[in-house]
Amino acid sequence: MDLIAEAIHHRYGDMTVLDSVSLTVKSGEIVAILGPSGCGKTTLLRLLGGLERPTSGRVSTSGDAPADSLNPLTYIFQDFALIPWRTVAENVRLPLEHHGMTSNERSRRVADALARVNLAEFANAYPRQLSGGMKQRVSIARALAVNPAIFLMDEPLSALDAQSRELLMDDLVRLWHETRFTAVYVTHNLAEAVRLGHRIVVLSRRPGRIRDVISIDVPLADRRDGHPELIAASARIWSLIRDEAANADRELADAL
Amino acid sequence: MPYDLRPVPFRGGGFAPKHLRFFGPATFLAVLAYWWIGTHLGWISPIAMPTPMEVARALIDMVQTGELWQHLGASLQRLLIGGAIGGISGVIVGFAIGLSSIARSTALPLVSALFPIPKIALLPLFIIWFGIGESSKYATIAFGVFSPMVIAAFGGVDGVDRNLIRMAQSFGIPTRDIIAKIVLPGALPALLSGVRIAASIGIILLTAAEMIGAQYGVGAMVLASGNLMQTDRLIAGVLILSALGLTVAFLIGCVEKTVLKWRG
Repeated sequence: MDLIAEAIHHRYGDMTVLDSVSLTVKSGEIVAILGPSGCGKTTLLRLLGGLERPTSGRVSTSGDAPADSLNPLTYIFQDFALIPWRTVAENVRLPLEHHGMTSNERSRRVADALARVNLAEFANAYPRQLSGGMKQRVSIARALAVNPAIFLMDEPLSALDAQSRELLMDDLVRLWHETRFTAVYVTHNLAEAVRLGHRIVVLSRRPGRIRDVISIDVPLADRRDGHPELIAASARIWSLIRDEAANADRELADAL
Repeated sequence: MPYDLRPVPFRGGGFAPKHLRFFGPATFLAVLAYWWIGTHLGWISPIAMPTPMEVARALIDMVQTGELWQHLGASLQRLLIGGAIGGISGVIVGFAIGLSSIARSTALPLVSALFPIPKIALLPLFIIWFGIGESSKYATIAFGVFSPMVIAAFGGVDGVDRNLIRMAQSFGIPTRDIIAKIVLPGALPALLSGVRIAASIGIILLTAAEMIGAQYGVGAMVLASGNLMQTDRLIAGVLILSALGLTVAFLIGCVEKTVLKWRG
């Protein structure tokens, strides 16, 4: 399934946050959306998945989701959004509960999803007992359980420490090789974008506009530190965002 | 090693009151001993205060004649029925205020206006409406319990993590399920602390309503004993009310422990 955004324009009151953003995410590719904080990238992700309505413009999908996909557009949130009074398994089961299926089928999907993120043995733990990296893997398992066509990831690694971040990036690369999922990956972190993005969409500061789209042809499995093509891509993107990042550092976050 | 070593003074510690075992029971024993000695040596006038033994005898008497159960039964029935009516409707209205803009704009001002009324002032009106019997007492207690439960419920709903609701919506979970699985459990801690406040308000109103017009009930018994200068029965009634309040608080504590186990 492809995801297509056409001429997205979005305003909060008088403030324009996104200006004529057009974007196509092709089946099987990871598109990283990179931009400084406050550039509207989280808003763009919410518009893409239907959590908000654009002021003008249109978001559509093309092609069919897999037959057993229960929620074609599925989010993974920065703060994990796990329910604290539910165990790991119960959290993963939540999006399956309102779908008619036998309880065996439900348990099978939960067990399968937890196994894929290597959390099978923590099925009965509560979120407060887990580290940040484990919590995000639970939330990835919850997304896997509904078998999405497209993952919408909102800074999924930003709340984690550097080590967990590295490990989880490896996990995401492994999962991508297993299923070739489609994803929109929003981040403010250049290294994550270069590591995971087949294409990197660079947004400008508010109002967010697409400044450039950079394709990286190195296969995900081969992306190691020091790869010359990645260094070149990083340098090119850094030259695009550096001035804006510096300017953003000199103003108040909520200045109008 | 430098010669001018000065130890860095300790400045931490903060305020951390600890629970010291045996101090609680010892305080009760000390009060009891003062009471006992005072009444026996005559520092405390026998008209003002009976001896502890007299109070105990009055209690045992009431148990043996079955009077205690008659009064306590009547009181408990009023507290439970009135509390249930007020509590359940309070939670429903509170959830409506927490979830719907229309309810918030219409019901919230009304509840805010009702909240400061001392509900016992409405008992005469309820007696005109419902008669001197049980209904007017149920109504007073229900009304008193209603507003703190509304406020606890809508505060609890407002306090539910918005990210969890957005997550649930992003998975296409139906609204009814979101309320049952996320909003209700998320509001539960606030609801339970609301029940604590509502229960103590309920006991105050129960006693007051029983003093205004009831044949049976702990409040009626306390008032009648006062009128007859039977201070032993009066104090016994007050002790029963204290025990009633403590029992309710203990039961709510037990429910909190089981229901909120996930907080660890």
